[in-house]
Amino acid sequence: MSAFPRAAELGLIGCHVCGLTCRSGPGDEYLEGGHMVCPRCGSALHRRKPNSFVRTWALLITGFLLYIPANVLPIMRTASLNDIDDNTIISGVVELWVKGSPDLAVIVFTASIVVPMLKFLSMGTLLLSSQRGSDWARPQRAKLYRLVEFIGYWSMLDVFVVALLTALVRFGLLSLVEPLPGVIFFGLTVVLTMLASMSFDPRLIWDGRDTDD
Amino acid sequence: MSTASPGTLLICEHCDTVYRRRTLERGEVARCACCLAELERHQPLGVNALLALVLTAMIVFVQANMWPIVTLGLNGQYSGTTLWGMIIAMWQQQAQVVSVLAAVTLFFFPLTKMLVLGWLLWFARAGRRAPGFVRLMVVLHHVGPWTMSEVFVLGALVAIVKAHTYFDVVADPGIYAYAALTLLITIFAGVDLRQLWDLTREDPA
Ligand SMILES: [Zn+2]
Ligand SMILES: [Zn+2]
Repeated sequence: MSAFPRAAELGLIGCHVCGLTCRSGPGDEYLEGGHMVCPRCGSALHRRKPNSFVRTWALLITGFLLYIPANVLPIMRTASLNDIDDNTIISGVVELWVKGSPDLAVIVFTASIVVPMLKFLSMGTLLLSSQRGSDWARPQRAKLYRLVEFIGYWSMLDVFVVALLTALVRFGLLSLVEPLPGVIFFGLTVVLTMLASMSFDPRLIWDGRDTDD
Repeated sequence: MSTASPGTLLICEHCDTVYRRRTLERGEVARCACCLAELERHQPLGVNALLALVLTAMIVFVQANMWPIVTLGLNGQYSGTTLWGMIIAMWQQQAQVVSVLAAVTLFFFPLTKMLVLGWLLWFARAGRRAPGFVRLMVVLHHVGPWTMSEVFVLGALVAIVKAHTYFDVVADPGIYAYAALTLLITIFAGVDLRQLWDLTREDPA
């Protein structure tokens, strides 16, 4: 692993916000209140994101707990003259499929089910393997993290669908759409999983215990 | 000076590997040899082109917000909505969390991003740093991941298809404005805004 010079070993820190390369170590001029500050943009400098494991676990687990009611509870009610129909995320996907839009059904299924599940599983795997300092499949794990970060926010899709239908379908007694609590839990899940992947530090993947030298 | 020769060293944010920075050719993307993450890519658009894109995006954004997005028809009754109509409807229907999420990710943050960028680029044309440059660059960095207009466009498409089963659906100009906005966002996805640090000088002459 020593083929690649690492910033932490060379006494360098890259600013996470502006990308400036800074020298770290004793005798720093840019100490402010005990922690180092980027001389260019003023953001706090960290060799690794602070408390990354604890924070990411906390956000991920909270996100997962909220994902359960998001799936179990209905997210949307469609009411017409003689019929009230409560939709969950899954029943919405099934309806799209049955009503002849299998392609969109696949997109919604991916955004609402596959992506969140992939996030929980991937982030869990990344956290566990990095905490153990494992050198298993590092390039693949690094790639997985970048994928999770890239696609995460697309999960908000179903939330916007419910919001738009609520605003559109307002025909009094004839036809009405209302949001139900599931959609709130789902929106919060997406925010929490995004925060979780942001608070994870991908450099931890490469911080093996036995590869320091 | 405590900075380690800024501009000559580059640190991979994904694995902490240090590289010597070099000038990239047109279309070239520098990748980390260790973790394969993208380090830097050649920036084909100059400050003027970026400013033109941001101004276009602002105009399109205003239209996307003013014009109705979709109209539904049922037995001769019609019901349409704008983005703000949607945000207000969610608030009134006891889904304030969703209402705030939509307002932030589809309106306030995209607007902030465009205004800040326009402001910074305007001054950057002369190689100058706009008033508040440092603070605004930090704001841009934090706002970035929370703008979701492109997700909303796909959401609108799904909503139209769902509504199509029961209603007459008319796509309104707003949806086209949103589609155009998505296109602009896609062009912007490859733009590294950090280049503004290098393109501008600290003290305007
Ligand atoms: Zn900085
Ligand atoms: Zn790397």
